[in-house]
Amino acid sequence: MANYYKDHPEIDFHLNHPLMRRIAELKERGYTEKDRYEEAPVDFEDCIENYRRLLEIAGDIAANTIAPNSEDVDLEGPHLENGRMKYASKTVENMEAVRLSGLWGVTMPRRYGGLNAPETIFSMCSEVISAADSSFQNIWSLQSCAETLYEFGSEEQRQKFIPRICAGETMSMDLTEPDAGSDLQSVMLKATWSEEQGCWLLNGVKRFITNGDSDIHLVLARSEEGTRDGRGLSMFIYDKRQGGVNVRHIEHKLGIHGSPTCELTYKDARAELCGERRLGLIKYVMALMNGARLGIGAQSVGLSQEACNEAVAYAAERAQFGQKINRFPGVYDMLSRMKAKLDASVYKALEDIQRERKLEPEERAEMKTYSRLADAFTPLCKGMASEYANQNAYDAISVHGGSGFIMEYKSQRLYRDARIFSIYEGTTQLQVVAAIRYITNGTYLNIINEMLGEEVLPELLPLKEKIAGCVGILSECITKVREAGDSEMQDFLARRLYDMTGEIVMSLLLMRDATVAPDMFLKSAKVFAAMACETVAGKSSYIMGFDKESLPAFRAVEETE
Amino acid sequence: MKLKIVVLAKQVPDTRNVGKDAMTAEGTVNRAALPAIFNPDDLLALEQALRLKEQNPGSSVGILTMGPPRAGEIIRQGLYRGADTGWLLTDRLFAGADTLATSYALATAIKKIGDVDLVIGGRQAIDGDTAQVGPQVAQKLGLNQVTYAEDIKVEEGVATVRRHIDGGAETVKVPLPALITVNGSAAPCRPQNTKLVMKYKRATCPMERPAEVPYASLYEERPYLTLNQWSVADVDGDPGQCGLAGSPTKVKSVMNIVFQAKECKHLTASDADIEGMVKELLDEKIIG
Repeated sequence: MANYYKDHPEIDFHLNHPLMRRIAELKERGYTEKDRYEEAPVDFEDCIENYRRLLEIAGDIAANTIAPNSEDVDLEGPHLENGRMKYASKTVENMEAVRLSGLWGVTMPRRYGGLNAPETIFSMCSEVISAADSSFQNIWSLQSCAETLYEFGSEEQRQKFIPRICAGETMSMDLTEPDAGSDLQSVMLKATWSEEQGCWLLNGVKRFITNGDSDIHLVLARSEEGTRDGRGLSMFIYDKRQGGVNVRHIEHKLGIHGSPTCELTYKDARAELCGERRLGLIKYVMALMNGARLGIGAQSVGLSQEACNEAVAYAAERAQFGQKINRFPGVYDMLSRMKAKLDASVYKALEDIQRERKLEPEERAEMKTYSRLADAFTPLCKGMASEYANQNAYDAISVHGGSGFIMEYKSQRLYRDARIFSIYEGTTQLQVVAAIRYITNGTYLNIINEMLGEEVLPELLPLKEKIAGCVGILSECITKVREAGDSEMQDFLARRLYDMTGEIVMSLLLMRDATVAPDMFLKSAKVFAAMACETVAGKSSYIMGFDKESLPAFRAVEETE
Repeated sequence: MKLKIVVLAKQVPDTRNVGKDAMTAEGTVNRAALPAIFNPDDLLALEQALRLKEQNPGSSVGILTMGPPRAGEIIRQGLYRGADTGWLLTDRLFAGADTLATSYALATAIKKIGDVDLVIGGRQAIDGDTAQVGPQVAQKLGLNQVTYAEDIKVEEGVATVRRHIDGGAETVKVPLPALITVNGSAAPCRPQNTKLVMKYKRATCPMERPAEVPYASLYEERPYLTLNQWSVADVDGDPGQCGLAGSPTKVKSVMNIVFQAKECKHLTASDADIEGMVKELLDEKIIG
């Protein structure tokens, strides 16, 4: 029987990452819960086996329930009924299967009914589900909002809401408004304290809310009257059982049809404050977004995998000019790049290090290192993986030729579904903004230089030389941009620096993996490093040939002063 | 009301994905070449049992299976989905059983389990396709039986069962205790539950365990990790009615039938030809 986890040994490879031992130990606090919970692991090996079993279950449901339902879900989509959103009927089937399998509250502590798995495992699970149907992954992975609720909510709120999430109730994060998209500081949804009712009341409109009719919402709202910026925003928990929020409209979208994108109206909706006032955007939403971005990273990887599988399978079957099309250089160039991009996007074991709170002091220091690493890598992971998913979906159609354009083939859905990945939870352009600081201040360069010092297979040495050369070129480009001292020019060229950095980092990560498991990754490492050299040559020639005087020629709007 | 439910389940070779080496030279099933799975109809029976358990708080579901020690996997598969317990009938004396000896063994075990309200099994197993074992067990235990069930509800000691029949469904009522066999058209079985898998993943029958069992001390601390394993003597069975000794069915030979007839008739699209064909089909009782 097909299994989306077992059929892709690459996922298992990342489960064997040396850091997993440490992650598991921290997450299980030295395996102390075994006497209280029958499902808790007794040691590391037992723990890894639990993770494997968890992924097997996800892989089974993905392959045998969610994937077969995906076409119907895409065609039917959710609909609006008296102010309520109704999922596509096959989405309901998926929800039930996942609920019975217990894959809710995956990362939540056991005392609230969760599985206490680390973020890394959640991401792998996300990948597997996304490969089957990325629109369902949206709904499912919003359970990660519980992380924020757990971290910043009171103990009472944790006890009230988290067990419900672990039992299968869904979540949403209500951030965007008609006039507040990427710029969340201008959120206007109003929160007023009602002495009479002893709770906060929310009034206003939210738009583009994924899974907007969820059971438990985290809502960003303006609690400080008279303020206009991010410091007047707080985070609230709205419980659907309270009533007061209706769905006014469900968007018709290009892709991820199964994932309901709702416009919500709040009318005196009773809500509780989560955490402290005024920290809604500057602290809590940032945490929320980081989790969500990793989720999109995983979603992208899953879709890349499926696009790659579809293309490989078709190219192995389809014959033209008397031979299978996977023998033509133009086609295998695409296929090998797809696989290389896929393998490159899966470097999550590193950056997905769980940031666990309430640790011993020395552990906290360790976590600090990792969480800094995670902060730096998250924008790289989300941006690169989502762009690659798009490229892979595009190429999957190319490999299919005319058939790829026909609605009966899965490639067209993947192509439509992927398009949003590089937009929501921060567009690629915003990922570049988040990453550029780490590029220009040398954070990435330090990591890259450290990685250049690692041993690799002798076979990879010439490639590593080439990449080392690329690193030299990259740092020249960084120096040039920094020394120009022009912020507009830096912003203008940032994407190019980001792409160069991303491909260099991923080349090195792939070489690292190829050194441990050449059978799995050697080919991709070679293909990807060649691609990185191509990118670095092109982008660097653009940057080195650029001067700030030429900027006006690119501006969309002439300066008016 | 609280129900004590026993699900009859069989470990079978997966005949749905048959490869070249699925049969031995002697014409018997090559069990080694086929993955061993939970018989599909029995999984549907398990789902019905688990639903009844949810609808009737305090109920219990146990998996009863007969087979070699590795059939302990069937009990684990049940536990992973929400069953409470299981019994593996395993003994050399049980081996080689036909449907008569199998139903004798199962009936004896059900007696031993005692006070069972409902026995649910799949309609038939995909290896033998006889559909005899369920009804034979009912007969031996003197239980009411309903076959081809698609949906089961229980209220005040009476089961209401929707049965699949040609061209539709019929609903029947049957007082408990009863035995019900479930049709392939019933609701699919739920997936494994992650927490239950983590809890029971090391549950084994003593005979399944290797000499050097990993995590040996766990079995002392957690009794639920040791599954019930019953021999002929454990169920007070008569060895003469078990296994090969109790099986009057002897397979003489198995043949592959390949249809070789190539006879065909050519018709034109004329009304006369079509009418003639319809008449012929009616006369030969192929249609009508």
